[in-house]
Amino acid sequence: MATYAFVLLAVLAVASALAMVLNKNTVNSALFLVLNLMSVAGLYLLLHAQFLAIIQILVYAGAIMVLFLFVIMLLNVDEEESLFDKFRAIYLVAFLLGVVVFGQIVYSLGGVTDLLPEISADMAYVGTVEAVGEVLYTTYLMPFEMTAILLTAAVVGALMIAQYKVKTSDQEE
Amino acid sequence: MIGIDWYLALSAVLFIIGVIGVLIRRNAIVILMCVELMLNSVNISLIAFASHHGDITGQVLVFFVLAVAAAEAVIGLAIILAIFRNNLSIDITKVNLLRW
Repeated sequence: MATYAFVLLAVLAVASALAMVLNKNTVNSALFLVLNLMSVAGLYLLLHAQFLAIIQILVYAGAIMVLFLFVIMLLNVDEEESLFDKFRAIYLVAFLLGVVVFGQIVYSLGGVTDLLPEISADMAYVGTVEAVGEVLYTTYLMPFEMTAILLTAAVVGALMIAQYKVKTSDQEE
Repeated sequence: MIGIDWYLALSAVLFIIGVIGVLIRRNAIVILMCVELMLNSVNISLIAFASHHGDITGQVLVFFVLAVAAAEAVIGLAIILAIFRNNLSIDITKVNLLRW
């Protein structure tokens, strides 16, 4: 049964990646990337990497993609008409259709109980927060601290680059 | 159970899609998103190997890749903002100030 889950997630990942590359609208492109990241998180679950699957959704699909969407909407570079300029009845139809299809998928998946991989005692330990954290804070403590420095430098650098007018101290005098 | 070769094939396919996106698109933001896609495909193969060998090190490496990807996205978007402010365009074919 894990085979079916893999095929479903893999097809979803490849299709959403193709749709992301081929879509003309930048916002649609970003939303397809979110779908792709979600299916990749499902693949992580199949590989017993629970912690990284959650982190993938939180950090990638949550934080980074919100940042992308902010910049896209800030720049407003879409040549096409913007997405939500006026309400149309077709949006309502599309929403209802989406809800129906989603319910259908949930209903059909609900009958399959052994979709998720069987977790034995030692396999459950593989990708948990405990297992990853133990290695991360002992063997890889130094790279972990370097990551903190890297992220701080990235934030400071991004502020310096994106600021409208950078004030240096001698200009203020 | 799926063999590791299928995960590696999927990783390769996603990576190639990302490369093609970087090459054919002209919108700088979409190019950045394609780079994220490539990083993600590498993460899939790392976790597949980690699961195959029963070694946690691959997952730790994916953790660091996530952190680097976050930093890369922040810096890249800041650069795109700065270019847009000077150029009023994020079409990379119009950013040719440094081309001789």
